[in-house]
Amino acid sequence: MTQMTQLQSAPMPSAATRLDFLPIAVFAAFAVAPFLASSSGAEGYVLSLLTRVMIFGLAAMSLDLILGYGAMVSFGHAAFFGIGAYAVGILASHGVEDAIIQVPVALAASALFAALTGAVSLRTKGVYFIMITLAFAQMLYFLASSLAAYGGDDGLTLPSRSLVAGSGFLDNDFALYGATLACLLGAYMVSRSIVGSRFGRVLRGTKENAIRMEAIGFQPFHFQLATYVISGMMAGLAGCLLANQAEFVSPAFMTWQRSGELIFMVVLGGLGSLHGAIIGAAAFILLEEFLPEIVHAATFFLNDDLRSRLTENWQMVFGPILILIVLFARGGIMGVLRRGSHG
Amino acid sequence: MTATFFFIQVLNGLQFGLILFLIAAGLTLVFGVMDFINLAHGVQYMVGAYLVAAFSAWTGSFGWGLLLALPSALAFGLLLEALIFRHLYDRDHLDQVLATFGVILFLNQAVKFVWGAAPLSVPMPEILSGSVEIMDGLLYPVYRLAIIGAGLLVAALLYVLVSHTRVGMLVRAGATNAPMVSALGVNIRRLFMIVFGFGAMLAGFAGAMVAPILSVQPGMGDNILILAFVVIVIGGIGSIRGAFLAALLIGLVDTLGRSFAPNLLRLVLDPSAASQTGRALAPMLIYIFMAAVLFFRPSGLFPAKR
Amino acid sequence: MASSLLELRSLQKAYGAIRVTDNVNLSVRPGELHAIIGPNGAGKTTLIHQISGILSPDSGQILFDGEDVTHLPMHQRVRRGLARSFQITSILPAFSALENVALAVQARSGSSFRFFGKVAQESSLNEAAMEYLNVVGLGPRARVMAGLLSHGEKRQLELAVGLATQPKLLLLDEPLAGTGHEESLRVIETLKQLKNRITIMLIEHDMDAVFSLADRVSVLVYGRVIATDTPEGIRANEEVRAAYLGEEEIA
Repeated sequence: MTQMTQLQSAPMPSAATRLDFLPIAVFAAFAVAPFLASSSGAEGYVLSLLTRVMIFGLAAMSLDLILGYGAMVSFGHAAFFGIGAYAVGILASHGVEDAIIQVPVALAASALFAALTGAVSLRTKGVYFIMITLAFAQMLYFLASSLAAYGGDDGLTLPSRSLVAGSGFLDNDFALYGATLACLLGAYMVSRSIVGSRFGRVLRGTKENAIRMEAIGFQPFHFQLATYVISGMMAGLAGCLLANQAEFVSPAFMTWQRSGELIFMVVLGGLGSLHGAIIGAAAFILLEEFLPEIVHAATFFLNDDLRSRLTENWQMVFGPILILIVLFARGGIMGVLRRGSHG
Repeated sequence: MTATFFFIQVLNGLQFGLILFLIAAGLTLVFGVMDFINLAHGVQYMVGAYLVAAFSAWTGSFGWGLLLALPSALAFGLLLEALIFRHLYDRDHLDQVLATFGVILFLNQAVKFVWGAAPLSVPMPEILSGSVEIMDGLLYPVYRLAIIGAGLLVAALLYVLVSHTRVGMLVRAGATNAPMVSALGVNIRRLFMIVFGFGAMLAGFAGAMVAPILSVQPGMGDNILILAFVVIVIGGIGSIRGAFLAALLIGLVDTLGRSFAPNLLRLVLDPSAASQTGRALAPMLIYIFMAAVLFFRPSGLFPAKR
Repeated sequence: MASSLLELRSLQKAYGAIRVTDNVNLSVRPGELHAIIGPNGAGKTTLIHQISGILSPDSGQILFDGEDVTHLPMHQRVRRGLARSFQITSILPAFSALENVALAVQARSGSSFRFFGKVAQESSLNEAAMEYLNVVGLGPRARVMAGLLSHGEKRQLELAVGLATQPKLLLLDEPLAGTGHEESLRVIETLKQLKNRITIMLIEHDMDAVFSLADRVSVLVYGRVIATDTPEGIRANEEVRAAYLGEEEIA
């Protein structure tokens, strides 16, 4: 018996170290992609698609920080997307177009919203937490929809992308791509550092057993709230980038469906590995982009009417994929990779 | 004049609240008894509306349509339970949220695929159309009164079922302590199925009832689902009584807030600012209300669990 | 310095009509190992929950180290030196044994609001944690995931975690529950070493263990303390014998 436990608990197998290169591979791929894009003939399209992938990757990763490491199932993370985007949009519509002001305002607003709503939400547990984060996000959604001065339901078109210290270089798609990659990489390094730090250890411990953490003298609430704020700020940053990428801001950025999609991305990639969330976001966005064509190609045997209706409603395929992943592919993409490299 | 308007709004709020209750009742039971978070409950409301639209068109009568739609909604709920939800009871809330979110994505598109994206309209039954004078100078549509009546009737029926039958007793016990009920040798799977199917039928009934006064369209269940969640969270998960009171409260707060917030704010703000802030504030009211309730009572007003 | 490290004054707690803690007065002296015994349902765990801060009493006072801690949350009591173990093993299964203990060390050394620097490589934390693991005899198992330890080893780990919070008083809730014979001998051996170093309040069913370890024993029956005495005194006490009649033999 003891021998068996010893066997199981032998030092982590080398497979784990093989997967350690995965984040490097992911970022290397993002770094190389624009150079390949310029030879693809559809440079603008590829760049904007990959920029979106990284933006959602950033938001999903920030969600992974609270979901995968802190076990806080927030169903309102899209709200921070909205805060970041609206900070850019509202300031721009008042003539403040420089990111040097926009981004700090967006981060501060995200932090404030996270601190206020987090302090209330974290008083509750389980399902109540899921619901209350959802409710706060809905609140913000309705607020944005009713802001007639800023486009209401229709949203707000940006006069131009943000300036950076007076320079308009973000108008270049390559530059925006680079800036997004820099933000994603920066946020990844910060997150990686956090989960490995003293703070991160307390957070991970709280996820496993909050009572135990209290019994050795920690107050989980403070750590969870701080993580919630950090995560909210990162998602707010993603919102700034999204506004710039779309050159448009709208309440649709923070629907509860969007929050659901963010959770989907994190789980699709695999909870609690940070880069898994980025991979999950990439898989999601690319699936969303190419599913209509895949559906069209896969239904060649149907008559034209049925085929075009299926292609039009391609999202119908999305739902079952999600359900199948939840039911059968536990651990998401990272889980599959881990099992693969163990076997 | 304003009194009449106020009274009409109260009736509207009541009617909205009762519809919310029909949806929230099933949701809170499924939640309370099975600890299962079902985001797809809203699409069952939508499916109910589509079913009644389809059957009314087929039979040419709303009454027959409703009669056919109810068992179909029940059957549909049981089908979903058997295919998907059954496999999720033992999973954590995150898995449940995601898989039922997948069901929403699918069904919202599936109804588009079958019936098209354009809203369907359901003709109001002849005898229930028109208005009736319920007070001096106060005309109110008969159909809305019928919804209020039906809602109250179902609430009374539910009360009897839950407090005076064997299944009801098990449901109450399950909401308080599910492992204990299962330890007593009750076939918990079958109990789950009954509760689930019944909840789905209630949501379908709500959808069918509102079909003649709202347009039947894809996604119509999404926002009402969120409201139903607000209701059960405020009411306390697993409590029918809590769901009933919270549903009426939310129905009234929302309806009255939207009609009167701008006017009330006019007392402290100038008219244009008041109407702007009022319109922004009104839809947020219930969420602020929910946050306030949870701040002081983290498990709702009438928690079923000890 | 107060003559007692922990003092309970007229502690009351009721669930409906059932008094689970009924006017409990108790004092634990510095340095002693004070055991609490009692038949099942006597309210032992409820009592320890109140002392540690998971439950709050209906009335009465809990004084720790001369300070009223009745209304302090658990984590603040721990910071004042009042640590506990749980009856149902409560460790972090996905953390290594070392990390479980290092986390407790971390709680007592410096701020944990540090976002940078790899905590797994902080040698001061790891070295201290290793010492506590050695005390309970788990040194060789330091790198093993806690969830993979045997039941007895988990109980030992729990002891090490409790010690690592550097308590003045360690509350142990049935540390022998569910352990095999050899494992329980090992835990008893560890407790014997510890008893001269810190004050311990021990709740335990195993009478042999209690009478070989305890300096003083309190007997709890239906929420009331019916006797507090040396092990010999308790053995001779008529009322205690009556309470245990048909339950267990006090040998």
